[in-house]
Amino acid sequence: MAQIRNTFTIGGIHPADCKLSKDCAIEVLPLPEKVYVSMAQHLGAPATPIVAVGDSVKVGQVIAQPTGFISAFVHSPVSGTVKSIGPRPDLAGNKVNHIEIEVEGDEWAEGIDLSSELVSTLPEDNAVIVERIKAAGVVGLGGATFPTHVKLCPPPGKTADILIINGSECEPYLTSDYRIMLERSSEILVGVALMKKVLGVKQCVIGVEDNKPRAIESLNESLSALQTLGEAYQGIEIRPLLKKYPQGGEKQLIDAVTGRQVPSMGLPIDAGAVVQNVGTALAVYEAVQKNKPLISNVLSVTGDCLPESCQHNYQYRIGIPYRHIIECAGGMPEGAVKVISGGPMMGKAIANLDATTQKGTSAVLFLTEEQTRRKSESACIRCGRCLDACPMGLEPYLLKKLADVSDYAALEENAIQDCIECGCCLYSCPAYIPLLDIIRGAKADVMKIIKSRPRE
Amino acid sequence: MSQLVVSPAPHLHAPSSTRSIMRDVLIALAPATLVSLIFYGWAELLLLTSCVVSCLLTEYLITRFLLKKSCTLSDGSAAVTAVLLALNLPASCPWWVAVIGSVFAIAVVKMTFGGLGQNIFNPAIAARVFLLVSFPSQMTQWTAPASLSQAWGFSSVDAVSGATPLGLVSEGLRSGQSLEQIFSEHNFSYAQMLFVNMGGSVGEISAAALLLGFAYLLVRKVIKPYTTLAIWTTIIGISMIFSMMNPSSYTDPMFNMLTGGVLMGSIFMATDYVTSPMTRNGCIIYGFGIGLQTMLIRYFGAYPEGMSFAILLMNACVPLINKMCHQTKYGRK
Repeated sequence: MAQIRNTFTIGGIHPADCKLSKDCAIEVLPLPEKVYVSMAQHLGAPATPIVAVGDSVKVGQVIAQPTGFISAFVHSPVSGTVKSIGPRPDLAGNKVNHIEIEVEGDEWAEGIDLSSELVSTLPEDNAVIVERIKAAGVVGLGGATFPTHVKLCPPPGKTADILIINGSECEPYLTSDYRIMLERSSEILVGVALMKKVLGVKQCVIGVEDNKPRAIESLNESLSALQTLGEAYQGIEIRPLLKKYPQGGEKQLIDAVTGRQVPSMGLPIDAGAVVQNVGTALAVYEAVQKNKPLISNVLSVTGDCLPESCQHNYQYRIGIPYRHIIECAGGMPEGAVKVISGGPMMGKAIANLDATTQKGTSAVLFLTEEQTRRKSESACIRCGRCLDACPMGLEPYLLKKLADVSDYAALEENAIQDCIECGCCLYSCPAYIPLLDIIRGAKADVMKIIKSRPRE
Repeated sequence: MSQLVVSPAPHLHAPSSTRSIMRDVLIALAPATLVSLIFYGWAELLLLTSCVVSCLLTEYLITRFLLKKSCTLSDGSAAVTAVLLALNLPASCPWWVAVIGSVFAIAVVKMTFGGLGQNIFNPAIAARVFLLVSFPSQMTQWTAPASLSQAWGFSSVDAVSGATPLGLVSEGLRSGQSLEQIFSEHNFSYAQMLFVNMGGSVGEISAAALLLGFAYLLVRKVIKPYTTLAIWTTIIGISMIFSMMNPSSYTDPMFNMLTGGVLMGSIFMATDYVTSPMTRNGCIIYGFGIGLQTMLIRYFGAYPEGMSFAILLMNACVPLINKMCHQTKYGRK
């Protein structure tokens, strides 16, 4: 049995915390006049619309169904009339199928429990739990938006012995997970218990970085209260972890919590673990106990150039244009040149503010010219910082050199396919070499080569 | 609203840059430079100026007129080479020798290989060795540190010149003296070596100043300690074994650590990013190789010193070491 530590063992960086919005309580974001719901807001095949133009829909009503095994249901986030269905640019400007709905009132579909009362008794039947998670369109909210019900049903022959919940929120600036851990810790724990029950594991560890002592405290308090209720809540542990990016990466979190490592090209289940995010646990709770589909989530509106009064943690619905959120938060702050959906390390720069929120949106982050403009690249001085930073133990300087000459065999030998695209190499390079940009491209090429091989 | 900036993640960058790293190296070299200026006065100021001016000018002329690229002086690497070379010359070295060394360091060792990051050999060490074999008399006349008033020309006593401690030992051993005799004849004292050395390159005048620089580099995380510690361990280990076996012909660990540029070389030259291995294990092998060769040259070679040659030889092995030593990858146990 590998030794248990309180952080991951290979690489990692320590960017400044910048949790500016951590003390802002979650507020409900006002609805815009129209929402545009993307059909591609989960990993896998985009969903297929099942409503027609002119249909009137209620909040929580299914408007699109999964296409294939890895896909998810999409529900209407508002009540109103379907105005159009068709391609519309997403945040990067790529055209993706959207359903446009004009908002009329806020009428919810029947059977959804909107009370805030905690339902802590779990359903008996695991199949019911999984079915409700699937029907509610729950996807992983830690970033990858992988359909949750798929992850909770390991393929035959593979079993998990531990459920790991990611509460590390290791990206600078983000505070949405922190806020839900503070404000909705009991609901999260019920969601955790539901997933633990489905997986049939005895152990569950919720990893929270030690820069969030109040979240740890809040989870512990709720846990002791729930543990008096029965067996379902036994075996859950809140584990403080040493702050280090990218702790929230599945592979890193498994290493930090269990000391095990996922084999190359493998899945967490190959190390006997299933990893879910705290946000996902909350969505699972709402889906199973409240029959509420995943149509809302929490995002932080933050950034150094944003005045303190404009920092927010909003509970938002999906399909809301970023422009609307920015207006609600007081407009584009002075000095902001870049708007990011998500954290500064792995988030996406928004090219189109008319793009809309999705299930997995975690932040709207404003960065200034000084913070974000890349300096011009200079020669590699072979300082080795990228090697020290890489949490996968890769050698980014070498991968870049090999990528420059398209030596795919050597790239594969040097494990480019293991890259998790966390950005640590580019962050730490003193010569400002765009290591990850180059590696990302070459990795995609190598992955194509690997996938083209006949399976044994 | 103006256009939004869009680029792939990550959107933040660590505060360090090539320039800030080079600045840290220069700061780390400051104590040794200051001590040498105090004790060698005008002579050292002239050497330092010759090196800095000729290194920067050479790099400027080559990038501007030969390569027709933008100027690379602002990265600070040429300045680091200049200061390192100046600290690696004897105080009595004529300024024109320093200029030849500087031009060689930048033009031949650095720029012909493609400039910063591409050179196989450390420019300052290669230039020192080049000067050592080209101008043996100028390069081996070591001047003992003068008193403050002599150094800055306030009193007119000529500086005392002579061989380095290692040179004296080597010479004495050849003429049949035992180490005890040599040590007592020349009044070697470790305390003196630690604070104000008795002779050698100007930069090695004070071991304490070099160690202060080492501490700074470690605290600022500019270098990792592996290479330096591997060199020290190897040198101490080998000299301990040999001096215990035969104390009258093999010098002891303390003497070997404090003389002949071991500190200067192990802290500032062997740790040069470009010419040292990338991984921790690589650095340990590299450091061991430097220590071993230094001691082999000192004990059994014709040269009294060995650090420069050892570093140069191990520089040549770095590409091989990098091929051999890789990081421990995640999930591939």
